[in-house]
Amino acid sequence: MTEQDHEYLPRNPAVHPPAFAPDYKTSVLRSPKNALISLQQSLSEVTGPVFDRAMLGPKDNDLILNYAKDGLPVGERIVVHGFVRDEFGRPVPDALVEVWQANAGGRYRHKKDQYIAPIDPNFGGCGRMMTDASGYYFFRTIKPGPYPWRNRINDWRPSHIHFSIAGSGWAQRLITQMYFEGDPLIAHDPILRSIRDDEAVRGLIAPLDRAHGIPLDSLAYRFDIVLRGARATLFENRLQGGS
Amino acid sequence: MLNQLNTLRETASQTAGPYVHIGLAPHAAGFDIFEKNFSNVLAGPQTRGERIVIEGRVIDGSGTPLRDVLVEIWQANADGRYNHPADRQPKPLDSAFQGWGRACSDFETGLYRFETVKPGPVEGRGGRVMAPHVNFWIVARGINIGLNTRMYFSDEAAANAADPVLNLIEWEVRRKTLIAERSERDGAVVYRFDIRIQGEAETVFFDV
Repeated sequence: MTEQDHEYLPRNPAVHPPAFAPDYKTSVLRSPKNALISLQQSLSEVTGPVFDRAMLGPKDNDLILNYAKDGLPVGERIVVHGFVRDEFGRPVPDALVEVWQANAGGRYRHKKDQYIAPIDPNFGGCGRMMTDASGYYFFRTIKPGPYPWRNRINDWRPSHIHFSIAGSGWAQRLITQMYFEGDPLIAHDPILRSIRDDEAVRGLIAPLDRAHGIPLDSLAYRFDIVLRGARATLFENRLQGGS
Repeated sequence: MLNQLNTLRETASQTAGPYVHIGLAPHAAGFDIFEKNFSNVLAGPQTRGERIVIEGRVIDGSGTPLRDVLVEIWQANADGRYNHPADRQPKPLDSAFQGWGRACSDFETGLYRFETVKPGPVEGRGGRVMAPHVNFWIVARGINIGLNTRMYFSDEAAANAADPVLNLIEWEVRRKTLIAERSERDGAVVYRFDIRIQGEAETVFFDV
């Protein structure tokens, strides 16, 4: 019998939004009625795609320059950085982190976005990177603006950056959004407020990081990400490294 | 007062939103930015195994296809081994097969499509062999946390009947929501896998 040496801690539903969150109207027809069926993880869930750094280009984590055509994009220059760790505090190296966002005026470069705020010809709005051996990542961008959306008629999203993280196992796959400290729209956002746990909400709000701003150049925000923790599979198999 | 066991808490999920393509498939959003892009083609010319196409639609509670959905798959190679260091089954790796792909549904029809190879069976917990399957992960506007499911193959009836995960679903009638139907079209093997998020014949989703 082949040994499966680890598994991930069960997901704690209290830290996540429920599938059915009626204040976020689109969730009403896009949430399962049945309960999820819980599995003991197999190799299918504890393994996951391994990414090759050769996929990445030198400006992939520089949203200020990676779509600049005839000048710099307009807006607040910021650095976003942090560590990807698991629930036991261990770094998650070689995680693929992908980000996307609106421009400084709240307009997305997407063929379906019709908001009247203009496209910035020098801003694309996406980037990607892999964490280093200590789980660290960083990228440079323009702070996104808030934008209106068709939920209730006067709903506005707070400024936010979308994050996708692929850790070392399929069960860790996560998409989330990062918000900015002090934004008054945070209190009114039905998407963020679909999370009932206040501590979990706070975990998505990046504080201003005065220590890591670049004088006369850029402010910095700090956003740490926690993925599910891996532990040895006890009892059914030998402990990893045991004999 | 009891002592606390201090683990960190997982970062909360949020919806991928309607513009998920910008970050994860910028060409679909309408622009080119990266030199190399991730894709829905998993099998290259050197990959071993039977070439297959997987396609289908993701359907909401009103019967309407999602036209803004993003689907990722993760699967073993033709010999039933994952290209990941934690898989130490004594089976050959295929250096021409990563096992992962990403597809967006078409903005008009809602169809998604993957070009891959049929996976071999993988050993499950306690040494029980799992039937060939492809792991699916689905995100979109209105989906607050990515939905996990599995696709099995209609021409693997005997293996499916013995599969430890399918057998965990106590409502036998629901098991068939995970079986993709095999057909042939223009010489290609096509498996059709429609995913119903809500309502009649709702697809089984897993908490993995």
